[in-house]
Amino acid sequence: MSINIKSTNRRQFLKVTTLATGGLFISFNLFSKNSSDEIKVAAEEADLINFNSYISIHTDGTVTIYSPNPEVGQGIKTSFPMIVAEELDMDWAKIKVVQAPLDTKKFERQVAGGSRSTPHSWKRLREAGATARNLLMQAASTQWNIPVDQLSTAKGMVWHKTSSKSIHYGALAAAAALLTPPKEIALKDPAQFHTIGTWVKSVDNPEVFTGKAIYGIDYKRPGMLTAMIVRPPAFGLKLKGFDATEAKSMPGISDVVSFGNKVAVVGNSTWEIMKARKTLKIDWEKEKDLESSEMHDKIFAEMISNGKMDPKRTDGDIEAAFKGAAKIIESEFQCPFVPHNSMEPMNFYADVREDYAELAGPSQTPENARNGVAKLVNLPPEKVSMVMTKMGGGFGRRLNNDYALEAGELSKIIKSPVKVIWSREDDMTAGIYRPACKYKFRMALDKAGNVLAFHARGAGMNSGSPVRENNFPVGAINNVLVESMDYKSAITTGPWRAPITNFLAGAEQIFFDEVAEAAGKDPVTMRLEWIAKAKANPVGKILYEPDRFKAVIDLVAEKSEWFKKKKGVYKGFSVYFAHSTYVAQVAEVIKVKGRPVIKKVYCAVDCGILVNQSGARNQVVGSVVDGIGTAMFGKLTFKDGVPEQSNYNSYKLIRMADIPEVEVHFVKNTIDPTGLGEPALPPISGAIGNALYRATGVRFRNQPFMDNQDAGKNGAKVLM
Amino acid sequence: MAIYKLNINGQSYSTDVADDTPLLWVLRDHIGLTGTKYGCGIAACGACTVHVDGQATKSCMLAVSLVGNAQITTIEGLSKNGDHPVQKAWDEIDVPQCGYCQAGQIMTASAFLKRNPHPTDNEIVQAMNGHICRCGTYHRIKDAVRKASQSVQ
Repeated sequence: MSINIKSTNRRQFLKVTTLATGGLFISFNLFSKNSSDEIKVAAEEADLINFNSYISIHTDGTVTIYSPNPEVGQGIKTSFPMIVAEELDMDWAKIKVVQAPLDTKKFERQVAGGSRSTPHSWKRLREAGATARNLLMQAASTQWNIPVDQLSTAKGMVWHKTSSKSIHYGALAAAAALLTPPKEIALKDPAQFHTIGTWVKSVDNPEVFTGKAIYGIDYKRPGMLTAMIVRPPAFGLKLKGFDATEAKSMPGISDVVSFGNKVAVVGNSTWEIMKARKTLKIDWEKEKDLESSEMHDKIFAEMISNGKMDPKRTDGDIEAAFKGAAKIIESEFQCPFVPHNSMEPMNFYADVREDYAELAGPSQTPENARNGVAKLVNLPPEKVSMVMTKMGGGFGRRLNNDYALEAGELSKIIKSPVKVIWSREDDMTAGIYRPACKYKFRMALDKAGNVLAFHARGAGMNSGSPVRENNFPVGAINNVLVESMDYKSAITTGPWRAPITNFLAGAEQIFFDEVAEAAGKDPVTMRLEWIAKAKANPVGKILYEPDRFKAVIDLVAEKSEWFKKKKGVYKGFSVYFAHSTYVAQVAEVIKVKGRPVIKKVYCAVDCGILVNQSGARNQVVGSVVDGIGTAMFGKLTFKDGVPEQSNYNSYKLIRMADIPEVEVHFVKNTIDPTGLGEPALPPISGAIGNALYRATGVRFRNQPFMDNQDAGKNGAKVLM
Repeated sequence: MAIYKLNINGQSYSTDVADDTPLLWVLRDHIGLTGTKYGCGIAACGACTVHVDGQATKSCMLAVSLVGNAQITTIEGLSKNGDHPVQKAWDEIDVPQCGYCQAGQIMTASAFLKRNPHPTDNEIVQAMNGHICRCGTYHRIKDAVRKASQSVQ
């Protein structure tokens, strides 16, 4: 039984239904354009509207919240239901969270990426919870014949305090399902929050700690074969031919087939396949130039010095300003390609039949995976189903569904359900990397150390645009030119946690440290002067709020005692605005036997209202650890198109022995929440780079820092 | 190919595989215990750690032919109800993000604490440094080992 609410302006957002068992079922749309606007939709259209999250309240009082978004470690499966529970006034301990399947009839835009999920869904989740609560209160009001305004709710019950009456939501659910949602719904004052802002553990913990959680690589179906695929060993090669005679004769191997530029070995078990694929004799031929890192360095040098770039932002006249400068500071910064290194290597399951297909696997963009496979195997998307499995990390890698397409294509060829598994070496060497980038920054100062002009040039390798032209302190400087260009490389790239800014932020923050030194100013004071200028006299468009910027700087300066000298402690400062969140950091370096060691990092974060203390702190600390590891050690180099690192014996990831203490402070405010999966990563390489400079006298302009030759010569090799 | 009898989580299993098959793949592909994870295949990340006669061992490079009569414990068999002190500490500290590496981390921590119930921070780092957590939850792992050390006998 389903009742469409046709009278309300919010019907595009909400649908109230009676459960078969008599409970209340509310479906709501996280992605309708603006859930609070007057939406005029013809009655016929109402049935076409997609709803993508559900609350169900059973007559026994059980509340189930369906979480539609893929869980990649960002904690959304826990934090989204917390927001609903808050407005519903439900006891968190009594809420059950269920991962919804990929179903684009019911759900829309099931995506994990861009730190955008929480800001986008915040209000919608609250309105859904508040609406359910309102309907339950209306039902109680009718049953007791007491006006709604004399009722209150707490812990899954409606109360009438004067008469000490109370009733469970479950007992009201059936009646509530027949009511009409109100046109306007009041949301709580954040001061009344009982769940939002508390420490809530991940709902997946019990399964993870007992080995029961099913990640893509664990997915199994009857009759399923396993496959591993040999891809071109160098970027720029294509498949010419292969001899699989020996592999085909080996035990457990059912087939060896090729498609695209790949050779797939199919069999019963992973180890048998791993052994068989080593025996393949494959001829590759050159299709494009085989690129090497040395060649990239030369290309970058030429681009950054002489390349004709696209202007991305122009304020005032930099040429005139540089001519009149008392001092010019100029530096170059470069980062290498890096792989994502999700701990669970890429994998995907596909069973493609004549008239339908079933898919399962880890994807940050499951709908794209499903539609991509559907198109490739020539099936309408509605004939292709997909199970969203748990994911062993993503970091942007699983936004690209190349591995899903492989499974779909292979299943169609071999006419069998098959799971494609990548080895760690496949995962590290087959592409989709953080693009390599190079920057040249120049600032013109007057005699008093005031900035007259800022000129930023960015060059990337398949980076899209390597610059972010509205980054602070743009808006505080009268004369600005930000320009960029991109080189089309054979090496495949894609978004990597905090795309572009994961290196750019640190490069900028190290450069501004150089400027502060040249201007004879304290780095924090100089930033505060720039912010004051952007607030009083903004130049052109500014995306950041100067007051919020200042607040995180003040907070980190206070907590780290920035302005106090500490004997033997070398400090570095960094501040950044990304994904709508403000992060300021101070890194402290000490010397152990003459070598610098990163000892402690202070973070001040303004992400608006904090949803989950535990999840939020985990994201910030994890981002700092990831950012330090990548800045210190991350590099994938190439020789003749071949990646020179392929596993953790040649590629160093940060480990427990390498981590500094991390202290996190959140700015307390009541601003709607912004993203937190990425923002604490970009600035950290700036904070540690600046602290290492104070300790060693050597600037760390290129990543990875461990390769800094100057530091090596000075005996300043970083201890990690 | 040969038939191997294995003692896993207190049960006896029989499997027909090649001598050089790593225990990891026997567990995952042949026995159906997928809680033990594949991460690197070269014993460099720790995701595949199990107990072999109580010793934390990386199963991705341990050939099944070398296992013999050893008692194997995987994450599925660490405790009956997921209530081993290390599992409980991991939950109280709310360690994981993606969770993929955590089974291996828990197996090493539980074997380590049995041997050294009251470790120093340095000893914890030494014990856990063979594990990679790509999400960067190392601080919480350290806290959870410390917490568990207070309840492990």
